[in-house]
Amino acid sequence: MRAQVVQLAYLVGSALFIFALYWMNDPKTARRGVVAGVAAMLLAVVGTLIQPEIVNWGWIAGAVAIGVAVGVPLSWVPLTAVPQRTALSHAFGGLAAGLVGTAKFYLWVQEGPENLTPFRMTAIVAEILLGYLTFTGSLMAAGKLQELRWIPQRPVTYRFQNLSNLTLLGVAVLCGIALIVKPVELAYLFPVVIGLSLAFGVLLIIPIGGADMPTVISLLNSYAGLSAVAMGFVLDNKLLVTAGALDGSSGLILSIIMCRAMNRSFANVLFGAFGQVQASAAAAEKKNVKSETAEGAAQIMEQASLVVVVPGYGMAVAQAQHRVKELYEQLTKRGVDVRFAIHPVAGRMPGHMNVLLAEAEIPYEKLVEMDDINHDMPQADVVLVIGANDVVNPAARHDKSSPIFGMPIIDADKARTCFAIKRSMNPGFAGIENELYYADHTYMLFGDAKAVVGELVKSLAGSGVGVH
Amino acid sequence: MRSGKRVAAALSGAFLGVLPALAAEPAAKEGATAASFDLTTMLFVFMLATFIGLGVITRVSRLLHTPLMSLTNAISAIAVVGAIVITGAKHPPIITILGAVALFASMTNIVSGFLITDRMLKMFKTQERRKP
Repeated sequence: MRAQVVQLAYLVGSALFIFALYWMNDPKTARRGVVAGVAAMLLAVVGTLIQPEIVNWGWIAGAVAIGVAVGVPLSWVPLTAVPQRTALSHAFGGLAAGLVGTAKFYLWVQEGPENLTPFRMTAIVAEILLGYLTFTGSLMAAGKLQELRWIPQRPVTYRFQNLSNLTLLGVAVLCGIALIVKPVELAYLFPVVIGLSLAFGVLLIIPIGGADMPTVISLLNSYAGLSAVAMGFVLDNKLLVTAGALDGSSGLILSIIMCRAMNRSFANVLFGAFGQVQASAAAAEKKNVKSETAEGAAQIMEQASLVVVVPGYGMAVAQAQHRVKELYEQLTKRGVDVRFAIHPVAGRMPGHMNVLLAEAEIPYEKLVEMDDINHDMPQADVVLVIGANDVVNPAARHDKSSPIFGMPIIDADKARTCFAIKRSMNPGFAGIENELYYADHTYMLFGDAKAVVGELVKSLAGSGVGVH
Repeated sequence: MRSGKRVAAALSGAFLGVLPALAAEPAAKEGATAASFDLTTMLFVFMLATFIGLGVITRVSRLLHTPLMSLTNAISAIAVVGAIVITGAKHPPIITILGAVALFASMTNIVSGFLITDRMLKMFKTQERRKP
């Protein structure tokens, strides 16, 4: 009887999880999704706790208390740090899956080797491989995003890197297969698989640069989900399989969107070591860059009827989103239509810019996707590029030798006037020259994004021209 | 189209419901037949859930991809179920400790995942609602 009640709770939980994701299709209903998710989680936890074999209440209470104590502050991080928090939680997800797989394996080796059927062993091996590589890989990604000093920010590459990584993974998989065939006799291989998987996670992330983080985070999201699926197979639990599959497919779709937005393949992102190869030849010819003062730029913006702002990771780094909101208000007050052009890979994770601008209380209908805003670009009087670089580089359209050739971009060069806020003329993270900065109608606003936007706001507020 | 998705979700929910009833009590020791039967049901669940996931996620607003990721984080922390079983049952201490660490990790994800998702979603406002 109790078993059926538990299964019923799991069933309702699965349905609620699906609804939680379904409601995310619109910001108006999205918060309902969180409620559904919490309800599903409560059902699942209570359903598990009422099972008769649960006796170690002290341990459970302790672990839950510490988890809550760590989890609550983790949800208070500033929104610019959300990518690192997300990576960290993928790491926790992977760790949990790996540990449960490990515990189950040793339990069965000691107390019931007949449970270690080839199918179960396949699931356990998949669970620990995915779980532990997600754990270290996500920790590395979080470290890179947090810019920890002892983790190299730039992609680290060395000779035979891909070959040695793949060999490592191959050895881990072979050990795994051996374990599937003879789980009890070869149990000593189990720690070997764990160790190799932990190492592979680190080595996988080392060659990856900041611009590829959106894809990698999505991919790790998918792995974390798949490790939960594997755990579901090990524990014979359909709720785990369902929830894990939802997470896995979500990560998969996000990674596909990110890859498409960069015109690259998974293999290229993971093994391509972006941002190393090109010591650009284009830099040879010395080209002219024009700069403009904040006052001058403010005057031109004031006269415009449509201003499109293109935010990038630089806006997040400079924490400029609240100044951008002030700029938005100043211009809107003067009857200027201000829109924000969001490139899918702007920032360090999918949707990063949307969240930052929403935090600054910019209404979300002003945030426009790349494909939609590009139609309006020729009508835009002013484009203001804030801390974005590759996503507005016209070289992606026509320069076959450019490493970003073929990547869909926001057509900032098609607007009548373009202002680009940048610290200096140093090429960005990927080291690619941006020809937008040399175009006839482009004017640079040199300085920190927050400071420059602040000056724009000040000149607009000071001029008072055209205020109704 | 939207209602179709809703129906699909409901239907698959019903489908998932039949499965556990069918596979309710096959004890582990019943041997090969029970095990292989269970295997196919589990694979069915996996396949259907993946397709539902793909269908539902492609419809998620691009505005919300960051909250989506933190929400799926929290959802996949359903691993808490496995961690509770390992921690709670009578096992050697080392196993209990492994389970407790897993439980801690999952619990952290659940709490921070849901809280930060809600915090972010609260920020998405339209123009009308902002004006007093």
